Amino acid sequence: MTDLALRRLTWRVATVLEVRPEGAEARTLVLDVPDWPGHRPGQHVDVRLTAEDGYTAQRSYSIASAADGSTVELTVQALADGEVSSYLVGIAEPGDRFELRGPVGGYFTWDPEDPSPVLLVGGGSGLVPLMSMIRVRAAEGSRVPFRLIYSTRDPQTAFYPGELLRRVRDDHGLDVTLVYTRAVPEGWPRPPGRLDARTLTEAGWPADFAPSCFVCGPTGFVEVVANLLVAAGHAPQRVKTERFGPSR
Amino acid sequence: MGMAGATGSSRDSADMAFVDGNELAGALGEIFAVDVTVARGRCAGCGRESAVAETVVYSRSPGLVARCPGCESVLLRVVRGRDRAWLDLRGVTCVEFSLPDTE
Repeated sequence: MTDLALRRLTWRVATVLEVRPEGAEARTLVLDVPDWPGHRPGQHVDVRLTAEDGYTAQRSYSIASAADGSTVELTVQALADGEVSSYLVGIAEPGDRFELRGPVGGYFTWDPEDPSPVLLVGGGSGLVPLMSMIRVRAAEGSRVPFRLIYSTRDPQTAFYPGELLRRVRDDHGLDVTLVYTRAVPEGWPRPPGRLDARTLTEAGWPADFAPSCFVCGPTGFVEVVANLLVAAGHAPQRVKTERFGPSR
Repeated sequence: MGMAGATGSSRDSADMAFVDGNELAGALGEIFAVDVTVARGRCAGCGRESAVAETVVYSRSPGLVARCPGCESVLLRVVRGRDRAWLDLRGVTCVEFSLPDTE
């Protein structure tokens, strides 16, 4: 799917087709990018905004969708002082256009040809590239066992809640465990708290299954989880990480 | 990649204000014909070999600076101008690229 010919990666124009709210302060943008070469699950794009005076701001965003012609979906979390995110989440409307470069990133990608079980651990918007992997798994009809552990503040901030429930029911072989760090839903069996070694053991794969592990989210979250996985016996080269920077 | 929501207090300290070499994929993707994030480089400081994606990257300074995850010395710097880019690789002694004969 991804074009491997010797062609220089350059900026393209993306047009917003549709926008959908996600969680509390985030949004999915459905984009049309003509001549999009396709992308692998877990890859990302760089987005560049240019003001009238020529000032540019650029940020990276993970692709949320499975490859689908010229359509690319991003899920963007708004940050209080975010130059690019405040535009994408608060202002951009269908018809608006901005520059986009990609797909990039061959390290943090899942290969559907790999039969290893997969452990996905996402914190906050770190779920986005993992969701691309889950969506590609379904699109390919893959039987590879997937376990997702998703840490989020509270039920209101969770991304794709309905879709995750539906996929656990329909996709066969996908398990999802939610970890709420600040507030839990009514009747939740545990008080709020951070993802810990016990949850990784209960909701993850044993190290001797040699799963492919993908950990994504704020830098602090990724550091803790990656260390816990290695301490639990997972080989470091089986733990792929993508850090989004400080939480706030 | 984007910037994520809060997950707790003590993980948000200033010493977590870095990302990793995945951030370089776009800038280096304009220069190299192959994906560089999976390329492995050897640190000129301590000799540690890491994938570019595993390096410690600070994007506050002009351009992007990637540091060795072991010893923190600078591995590479990339700055993008209007119609040119500057790449400083003095911090790596060798970079290994995967170039399969067929795809």
